[in-house]
Amino acid sequence: MNNDWMHVMVEKCMHCGACAGTCPENAIYLHEVLVEFNDCCTRCGRCVRLCPVGAITMEAKKK
Amino acid sequence: MKTDYDVIVVGAGPAGSMTAYHAAKKGARVLMIEKRQEIGSSLRCAEGISKKGLDKAGIPIDKKWISAEMKGAKLVSPNGSVFRIDESQAGDEVGLVLERHRFDKYLAERAAKAGAEIRLKTAATCVIKEGNVVKGISGVSFGEPFKLSAGCVVGADGFESQTGRWGGLNTVIKMSDITSCFQYRMTGLKTEPDFCEFVLGSVAPGGYAWVFPKGGDTANVGMGVLASMLKKPGEVKFYIDKWIKKDPRLSCAQPLEAVGAAVSVSPPVEKSIADGLLLVGDAARVIDPITGGGIANGCIQGKFAGEVLGDCAQAKDFSELALKPYEKLWRDELENKLYRNWMAKEKMTTLTDAQLDGVIETLAECDIREMNVYNILAALKVKMPDLVKEFEEFI
Repeated sequence: MNNDWMHVMVEKCMHCGACAGTCPENAIYLHEVLVEFNDCCTRCGRCVRLCPVGAITMEAKKK
Repeated sequence: MKTDYDVIVVGAGPAGSMTAYHAAKKGARVLMIEKRQEIGSSLRCAEGISKKGLDKAGIPIDKKWISAEMKGAKLVSPNGSVFRIDESQAGDEVGLVLERHRFDKYLAERAAKAGAEIRLKTAATCVIKEGNVVKGISGVSFGEPFKLSAGCVVGADGFESQTGRWGGLNTVIKMSDITSCFQYRMTGLKTEPDFCEFVLGSVAPGGYAWVFPKGGDTANVGMGVLASMLKKPGEVKFYIDKWIKKDPRLSCAQPLEAVGAAVSVSPPVEKSIADGLLLVGDAARVIDPITGGGIANGCIQGKFAGEVLGDCAQAKDFSELALKPYEKLWRDELENKLYRNWMAKEKMTTLTDAQLDGVIETLAECDIREMNVYNILAALKVKMPDLVKEFEEFI
C-alpha cells in the first residue's frame, strides 16, 4: 500500500529507518528493507531532506 | 503457538533485550519480536560506550563483544588543533568500542536464558487497543499475519519507533533535534588505533565527525549533521565523502561497510508509559543529545523497565499507574543529564568555527582529567560562563 507521490530509489536506499522516525504523521513504515508511504503523508518533505543518501523523491501536487 | 503474554517487546536491540531479560527473570511471560532476520544486524551505530555506562546497566564486560579498548579521546577543532586526554585520565564517555553484532546477540541470549521467547522476521504493524488500553499487537511473521495479546507492549523499536504513536504516546521530534548520519567501516586507516576522535565545526554542520577504532587499522568513520541544517537531499553523504577526501589519514583507507541512520538529539519523551504500553531506548528518545550515544541509556532504561514489568506481571496489573515506578526510576537516573546536554547542544550548534576554535583552546588550558560532557561543561562554566549561562544550574 504505497501512496502515489512519494518514491524511494531502491538503488540508493540503505533501509536505515531515518525517514520513518522523522515522519510526524506516521506515514512511513520500514519493512525490513522496504520503505512504504501511506496516505497520511502531508508532503511536508522532512524525509526527503533528512535521508542521508537522498533516496527519497516527492512528486509535485497535481493541479 | 502461544498467543498470550504478559509482556511483548517490539525490537531486539539492547534496550529491548534488557527489558526482556529483567522481566523474564522476575517470572513474566515474555515474547520479544524482531522484524529483521538477524539480531544485531544491520549495524546503525558508531559502537562507542563507556565502561561506567555498562556498569550502571549491570552488564558484566565480556571480551567477546569488545572490538577495541580506548586509551583516550581527542577533540579536533575546526582549525585543526587537538585537545586530547589520554591514558590515566581518559575514558568516561567513550571507553570501549563494541562489536554490536555480538553485543546485541549476547543481550538477547541472556533474555532467552532467562525464559524469554524470541521470534525473528516478525514485525508489529499496529497495536490492539480496547478503549484507551493497549491489549496487544497485530503484525506479520514470515509473511503470515498474526494477532497477539499482552498485558504490556514495550516499544523498543528504535529511532523509527511507531509503537508509541500507535498507542497514543507523542514521540514526534523537531528537525533541529535530529541528526542525519552516515558511516563507513574503513580499513587501512592512518588514525590512532586507541583514540576516539571527534571533529567539530562546519565539516559536519550542527553535529560532528568521528573516528571510533575497531582494532588494528580499522575504524568506524562517520558523521552526523543536524537535520535542520541540511539544505538538499543526500547532503550527509556528500559532507562525509568530502571530509574523508581531504584528510590523508582517511583517504588512504577503503570501506568495508556503509550505514545510514538518524539519531535523536532531543529531550526525552514527555511520557514513556500508558495503559499497557511502555517505551524504552531510542524509542523513548534517551540518546545523549551531545554525544549521540544511546546504548548505555537504553540498557539502563531496559533494566528498570524489565524489573517494573516483572512486578506488574506478578500483580497482574499493567495500568499506567502500575507502570509509574518505571517512569520515575529512569527519570531520576537520566533526565537532568539529558536536559542539560540538550541545552548544551542547542547552544553548541549555534557556534561558528572561530568560536569552536576558542572553546577547544580554552579546554586545552584546563586541567580536565576525564573526557566527559560534565567535565567539559564545568570547565567552560569557569572559563566561558556566557556559553553555558542558559543552563548553568544543571552543571
